[in-house]
Amino acid sequence: MPVPHHMQFFVDPNRCIGCQACVQACTECDSHRGHSMIQLDYIDRALSPQTVPVVCMHCDTPTCAEVCPADAIKRTADGVVQTARKPRCIACNNCVLACPFGVPKMNTDMSLMMKCDMCYDRTSVGKKPMCASVCPSQALFYGTPEEIEKLRPRSRPVDTFRFGHQTITTKVKMMVPRESVLQDFDVLGALVPARDAAFDPMLAMLDVPDCAPGGTDA
Amino acid sequence: MSRNTDEGATHTPDGRPWSEQPQWRRDFPIDLETDEYVSRRDFTSFMVLISSAFACGQLWIVGQNAWRERRGKPPLKEIARLSELPVGASTTFHYPTENETCVLVRLEERKLVAFDQACTHLSCPVIPRVSEKRFECPCHNGSFDLETGHPTAGPPRRPLARIRIDLAGDKVLANGYA
Repeated sequence: MPVPHHMQFFVDPNRCIGCQACVQACTECDSHRGHSMIQLDYIDRALSPQTVPVVCMHCDTPTCAEVCPADAIKRTADGVVQTARKPRCIACNNCVLACPFGVPKMNTDMSLMMKCDMCYDRTSVGKKPMCASVCPSQALFYGTPEEIEKLRPRSRPVDTFRFGHQTITTKVKMMVPRESVLQDFDVLGALVPARDAAFDPMLAMLDVPDCAPGGTDA
Repeated sequence: MSRNTDEGATHTPDGRPWSEQPQWRRDFPIDLETDEYVSRRDFTSFMVLISSAFACGQLWIVGQNAWRERRGKPPLKEIARLSELPVGASTTFHYPTENETCVLVRLEERKLVAFDQACTHLSCPVIPRVSEKRFECPCHNGSFDLETGHPTAGPPRRPLARIRIDLAGDKVLANGYA
């Protein structure tokens, strides 16, 4: 049974209080007991207690699956990007490096990449994901768009993200302040000042002394 | 192997339709349904291939049988003399070729048995234990009955290959497999 289309996942980092309940709940799941598929990131730990829960955003064009040489990451028709298939995953780390959101984590002990699959065992039978069911501040919310609209009138959901030249649309939505202006995020853009249409990030890396092969020793 | 439709839920990275995507992307689809889809043509060719492999295997077995029958019976061969083998003693001999070691045991005055010495488990040579009425295979503690060659303990499941023994006066002759 697929995850119903009207049920959606919303991440609202503004509301995260860093209680780690989602991490604990995820760790207790029977399908991956002892391993959390959600992580709590600190924005700038020295200056702020602000945390962000990071779940898989379930991209419409999953970069992790695009780069998988073993054809191990699959996306079901309901838009959920599943965790790596055990018999196929070769623990090459490509997905870990490629994911713009930093979601997949390599389990080196098991030679297996495991990632959030939106609790497919629960959501596919109409239940909430573990993390959303325990989040006390509802920073992780699972419900219909109408519900979130009513609950958070001052926020709006965002499902389009730009990373350099890559535009990603996702199944999971990020809640942002309603009037906020979105900023594109570009790691290479910070390194390379000039960019044009013919910009090639791989070539650009060669121009940056610190990124060039062998350049860090100089 | 893949079903190339634009119905897949996964978008293409460049936004162009699936039909315009490179072949490798269509061969290794990200959509689970498309990935698991097997076309009738692929299924049929797989079935034909596997069935032909089975058929070839059967023909090979038939051929082997025919070849074995045409080769005929192994020849009569003198392997020991009764006068040199007291009751309860055993000896080894090579039969039908020099590379196959067999073991001969004299159980009673006029009763002798002979078996291929290779254990039917992993071909270790078996050792006759006449007082215990068994052949012992030391590799994995296999055990065979001394008179019939049937396995009695350990990993072996098939009996030892038995060699027919003929007596002609003092001579002990091996006369093919029993």
